[in-house]
Order: sequence, then C-alpha cells, then structure tokens
Amino acid sequence: MGISIELEVNGASVSKEVEPRLLLAHLLREELGLTGTKIGCDTSQCGSCTILLDGQAVKSCTVLAVQADGSEITTIEGLANGEYHPVQQAFWDNHGLQCGFCTPGMIISCVDLLGTNPQPSEDEIRHGLEGNLCRCTGYHNIVRAVQDAAETMNG
Amino acid sequence: MYPSKFDYHRPSSVQEAVQILSGNPDAKVLAGGHSLIPVMKLRLAAPAALVDIGRIGALQGISRSNGSLRIGACVTYHEIANSADVQAAAPALAEAAGQIGDRQVRYRGTIGGNLSHADPASDLPAAALALGATLHVTGPGGSRSVSASDFFVDLMMTALQPDEILTGVEVPVAQAGTGSAYAKWEHPASGYALCGAAAVVTRGAGGSCTGASLCFNGVSSTAVAATEVAAGLVGSDLSDAAIDSAVGNLSIPDATGDMFASAGYRQELAKVMGARALRTARDRA
Repeated sequence: MGISIELEVNGASVSKEVEPRLLLAHLLREELGLTGTKIGCDTSQCGSCTILLDGQAVKSCTVLAVQADGSEITTIEGLANGEYHPVQQAFWDNHGLQCGFCTPGMIISCVDLLGTNPQPSEDEIRHGLEGNLCRCTGYHNIVRAVQDAAETMNG
Repeated sequence: MYPSKFDYHRPSSVQEAVQILSGNPDAKVLAGGHSLIPVMKLRLAAPAALVDIGRIGALQGISRSNGSLRIGACVTYHEIANSADVQAAAPALAEAAGQIGDRQVRYRGTIGGNLSHADPASDLPAAALALGATLHVTGPGGSRSVSASDFFVDLMMTALQPDEILTGVEVPVAQAGTGSAYAKWEHPASGYALCGAAAVVTRGAGGSCTGASLCFNGVSSTAVAATEVAAGLVGSDLSDAAIDSAVGNLSIPDATGDMFASAGYRQELAKVMGARALRTARDRA
C-alpha cells in the first residue's frame, strides 16, 4: 500500500508515493539521492543520520517517511548557499573531522544547537552534541569548530 | 534495517484512533516512535498496523488550571524540559524529561509514548509516580482516569488495554512549601537510568516535613515507590542527617541485576541518588 507524501527538501518540493515502512533516512539517500546524510549505527544512537525536520535536529533512521509528510527538511546538502554555512566553514578551518563520516550529522546538530543557544559554553556544546558520536577526533576540534562558528554567527 | 510491513493509519481524532485500534487487534499506537520504531527495525515487534496519533490536536499542548498541569500525550520531552510552567509546577518532571536520551531524541519522544511503553530504565515513570500524576485514557467505552500508582503494572506492562490510548497526564501544581527534584545516575553509553530518583517533599509552617514521596526508575522491573523512606521523613526537620537516616532504611526487595550492575549495587545507588533528589527537593520546598 503506497502512501502519498509531500515534503519540502532543501527548499524544493518533493511528492512521493512511499511504503509506510520506508524510513526517512532511506527516502533521502535512496529515493532522492541525498547521500550526504549517513546511516551509521541504524539504532538511533550515533546521530550520523541527523537532519533538520521543521527546524529541529532529528535522527532520520528513526522517523518514518510518512511521519514527515508536509514537513520541511534540511540535509547537509541544503546548508551551503553559494558559500559554506558558517558551521561548515568552521569545521573546515578547525579540522573538526578526520574520516568525515559523522560530519554531516554533527554539523546539522551544531546548527540546531546554535539556533537555540547562540553562545554555548564548552560544557553546553559537549552536552548538546551527546547524540552524535565521532570515533576519530576525540571531539576537541569539533568543540573548537562550534565555538568558532558561534563567534562568526554572532558577528 | 527495515521494519516488516504494516498498514499505516493517521487518524485526526482520538475517537477515530480508538475505532481503528478496536478493529485491528495487532495494531500499535505510534507517537514519537523513538521506542517503537527501533524495536520494529530489530523485528522484536512486528505490528500489523500503526495508528499514528502524532497529529491529533487534542493530544498536544501544556495547560494549567485549577491547581493542576495537563500535559497532552504527544507533548515531547523537549517541550516538557523547556516549559516554564512545568519547571515551576513540577520541576522533577522537567528535570527527568531533560535527561532522556539526547537532543535529537528529546525533540521526538513523547510523554504519552514513554509512560505507555513503561521501560523500567526510562526517566518519566518515577517522576509521574512521585508527583502523584493522573493518567487520562480513552477507549471504545469512553474515558477513564488512572493514578500513576495503578498504571505501571510490571516490566513494560501498564493498565492500558490494547484498544485504549493514553491522552494526557495531569500533575498537581506544587503548592507553597512543596519542592520536587529528579536525580539520575545514567549508564554512560546508553544514557538509560541505572538508577533515577524522583523526590517530592512538603514542609509545614514550622519547617518540619508534612509529606514526602521518593520513587525510582531503573532499579526494578517497574517504577517503584520507597514508602518506608517517605514515612521516615514525615515529622523530621528534613536536615541532611534526617534524609540520610531515612534513606538508610531503603529496601527494594525486587531490585534487578544485569550485566551492567548487580541488584546490590543498584540498591546502594538508590540510597545515594534518593538522598540527592530529596536534598534538592527540600531546598526547593
């Protein structure tokens, strides 16, 4: 049984007929080709699949595509607007990644964090990113990147 | 990982949702989905149908009236943790909601889903129990109210019937002299409570304790009330020494042990976390 859904993904309207069990992460990656969103643990823990759903960071491996019907979605592909988003630039400048697998989800979470708390302390950054696991960096440069992005965005 | 196939329903009212549930004995209710979807992906659950109540307006929102706070079943942890009304009226509930999972999980998980799922290591059941919450439930025969103390039956078992939906949670607004708090020792990887303690204390005009409640998650198969500790506190001056002495009598006979912590360890942890929650609640009373 296919269900018709309509979404706005990175500013573009999308209409699809989907199986109810299709996960949002699979819709984005396999149906829409937006492979920037990663699937890591596939058990709602690692945060690699984080996207913005109506402006809130959520784990797209734990949301059904039908639940997102009518929503606005932003993936890592939708952040840059001619130039990198300040959080993307800050990750580049501060070497906030090594292998890069967690980075799209990490950056989306940082965008959400800075949206609700524009000047987070180091503790608030580490706490705010507890839903995103990085196996390479030890998080230090990620924290620096968020602090740098906060400074840029508060201009 | 994909869940196995299911039919999807998105009713627009509680009545419609109950009707669909009554006609589909193998259906499950979907709210935020952050407990249900993971178990469906692991094929530990394979409901024939999902009834998505996430968009029913009557299940949203937090309102305050007549000395109580009503929280719709689909209100998220994020909304509860950040609600000025909840922080003022029932700080233990706001604290418990703010410590569930992580940021992303808190945007999706709901109070109704959490309490109906009744995971023993989750955070809200003890807070609901300690605060004396009333749970509102609707089924084909109409609506009824269940006190939190009657709602949690056993491991992931509640008083909800298969064709009933939890529609909202009512929590008394803390009166002058009453304080509440939630203190949690979490498993460092999963974030679930090895022990979570929710405390409510009331001080009388002279400063001595006139009422107390201390409840735990994570220690046994369901949220439990430590009635002997509460009884030991009433009449005391709520000093640190009085709290330590009352908590010293704590006994949770059916404390569970697992690969992370033995039953004895959880018992001891409950004393420590119980005392912490009681002290914070006292300072707020």
